[in-house]
Amino acid sequence: MILVFADQSEGQIKKQSLEAMSYGAATAAQMGTTAEAVVLGTADAAALAVLGNYGAAKVHHVPAASYDNFDASAYTNALANLAKELGATVIVLSQTTSGKAIGPRLSARLKAGLVAGAVALPDTTNGFVVKKSVFSGKAFAHVKVNTDIKIVSLNPNAYGKIPADGAATVAIHDIPFAGSGITVKSVNKVKGTVPLSEAELVVSGGRGLKGPENWHLIENLAEAIGAATACSRPVADAHWRPHHEHVGQTGGAIAPNLYIAVGISGAIQHLAGVNRSKTIVVINKDAEAPFFKAADYGIVGDAFEVLPKLTDAIKQMKAGA
Amino acid sequence: MKILVCISKTPDTTAKIEFTDNGTKFNEAGVQFIVNPYDEWYALVRALELKEAGKASHVSLITVAGADADPIIRKALAIGGDDAIRVNLNSSDPYSVASQIAKAAADGNYDLVLTGKETIDYNGSSIGGMVAELLNRPYVSLATALDAEGGKLSVNREIEGGEEAGELSIPAVISCQKGMAEQRIPNMKGIMGARTKPLQVIEPESSTPLTEIVRFEMPPAKAGVKLVSADDPAELVRLLHQEAKVI
Ligand SMILES: Cc1cc2nc3c(=O)[nH]c(=O)nc-3n(C[C@H](O)[C@H](O)[C@H](O)COP(=O)(O)OP(=O)(O)OC[C@H]3O[C@@H](n4cnc5c(N)ncnc54)[C@H](O)[C@@H]3O)c2cc1C
Ligand SMILES: Nc1ncnc2c1ncn2[C@@H]1O[C@H](COP(=O)(O)O)[C@@H](O)[C@H]1O
Repeated sequence: MILVFADQSEGQIKKQSLEAMSYGAATAAQMGTTAEAVVLGTADAAALAVLGNYGAAKVHHVPAASYDNFDASAYTNALANLAKELGATVIVLSQTTSGKAIGPRLSARLKAGLVAGAVALPDTTNGFVVKKSVFSGKAFAHVKVNTDIKIVSLNPNAYGKIPADGAATVAIHDIPFAGSGITVKSVNKVKGTVPLSEAELVVSGGRGLKGPENWHLIENLAEAIGAATACSRPVADAHWRPHHEHVGQTGGAIAPNLYIAVGISGAIQHLAGVNRSKTIVVINKDAEAPFFKAADYGIVGDAFEVLPKLTDAIKQMKAGA
Repeated sequence: MKILVCISKTPDTTAKIEFTDNGTKFNEAGVQFIVNPYDEWYALVRALELKEAGKASHVSLITVAGADADPIIRKALAIGGDDAIRVNLNSSDPYSVASQIAKAAADGNYDLVLTGKETIDYNGSSIGGMVAELLNRPYVSLATALDAEGGKLSVNREIEGGEEAGELSIPAVISCQKGMAEQRIPNMKGIMGARTKPLQVIEPESSTPLTEIVRFEMPPAKAGVKLVSADDPAELVRLLHQEAKVI
């Protein structure tokens, strides 16, 4: 049986977890078994049912409200207990901030090999081999897991959300909360916007934008297509933009379906954070900018002229559609 | 409070990534190696700051690697730290590496183990959590701020779409990232001093790898950029809508 950790936020199953569920279901089909999900904390029947629509045969729900706040130790303990009780052979989670905190603990607890950052279904023809992203997206490694239980932590946006017409049954479990003694003092979430790591479309600006006063050009384009905004490191260092928007080697690594880079030269450290994007568009006034080599589409031109026109063209397309 | 900082050796951020022997080996020819940026800039520097503020008594560095990592650990010592340990094991299995670090941390009675957020070559973000589990200690992942006051730690960490502030007691394991400290450039005195700081080489505990890398693969080359005239952004919109199907 394949056990999928379905992370929830305010009672809603996260998008990355639906990807993990789809991945778990496909792996289960390949291995001739079923995929089941684990949900920790308060969630209503409708939220749990969603997992059935992505391939869960069963949802194991630990409804205790103590699990509403994330705690790596308690979550690890609950998952480890369920995995043992249910006889899971593969555990799937997603390589998000929560996954990065739980996956390694679970691996050490169960002595189960972990592949962190998987990008494709396992090859089960000869053992269990999973392809993962390495060298900041510049290459892949095929990792063989040699233990009875295997843990796969799937990169966000690497595997689609694949609807399945199934209905999951729900089993309720009571697992005591074994917390790690970390007291949460405050939580500060950026409200209203899609977190950058979850965004499917991203518009990003670099030093070519000249200053924070010009950022409305980036924001207008982002708003027209419904994208999140990002930036290069010097832009965050100069406080033109908040630090959490900085992507690259030292900032966030993202893999959206579309990344539009405006006035960014395309330094290798910047590319390290964005080269897993499915489609890359570069707008730069210098035809020799290195970013064009990594791009799918490009416009050689002045951002101050191109951006307003591009935003208008998008609005027209949307109005016509 | 005694701090153990985990240091790994990684190829420079601009290194050309190539594989030899039928894609089974990373080609080190001409590659410059560095201290993994997250370990150096954030974990190590914050540990030093805590010591300078009188909140830590001792800062040791540890790497799990072959002798070819000695120049890297000396580089890290040039920035600071009282001494270093190298566990003589070359392994790409995170569990094997974590087991060695956990053993050294327990043997040396370290109250706080700091790691970087991830290595820029294998990108597992795994070692810290494994060490925490092996030591049965709390683990704060992806921390952006850390302070200590009489055995109590206050930390900020990244969560999906924001930040969380928390408190815990030592002993603990924390992975560090941007925000925690500012990069330090080693000075001449540091570089000279690093040569004589104690570097203890110990043989690894036996451990069975849970995973192995069977081969590497390069991503397919991009087809090349399709350029659109700056006067015709509508054409770009059409391509993104109809060809790439992303908007
Ligand atoms: C160890 C290390 C880690 C690093 N980590 C990161 C990281 O995580 N993220 C990151 O981004 N960087 C990182 N860097 C820095 C990186 O090397 C580059 O310096 C940085 O990405 C450059 O930012 P930029 O492209 O915005 O600015 P620049 O390199 O100054 O490029 C500006 C670009 O804008 C173009 N331009 C100028 N005017 C216009 C206009 N009017 N219209 C259109 N285009 C215009 C220019 O042609 C140029 O290509 C790191 C560096 C090191 C050494
Ligand atoms: N071989 C190693 N020796 C010592 N510390 C390491 C080693 N590998 C990784 N680390 C530490 O663990 C962190 C996370 O690494 P990883 O799990 O490989 O992404 C790194 O930033 C280092 O601080």
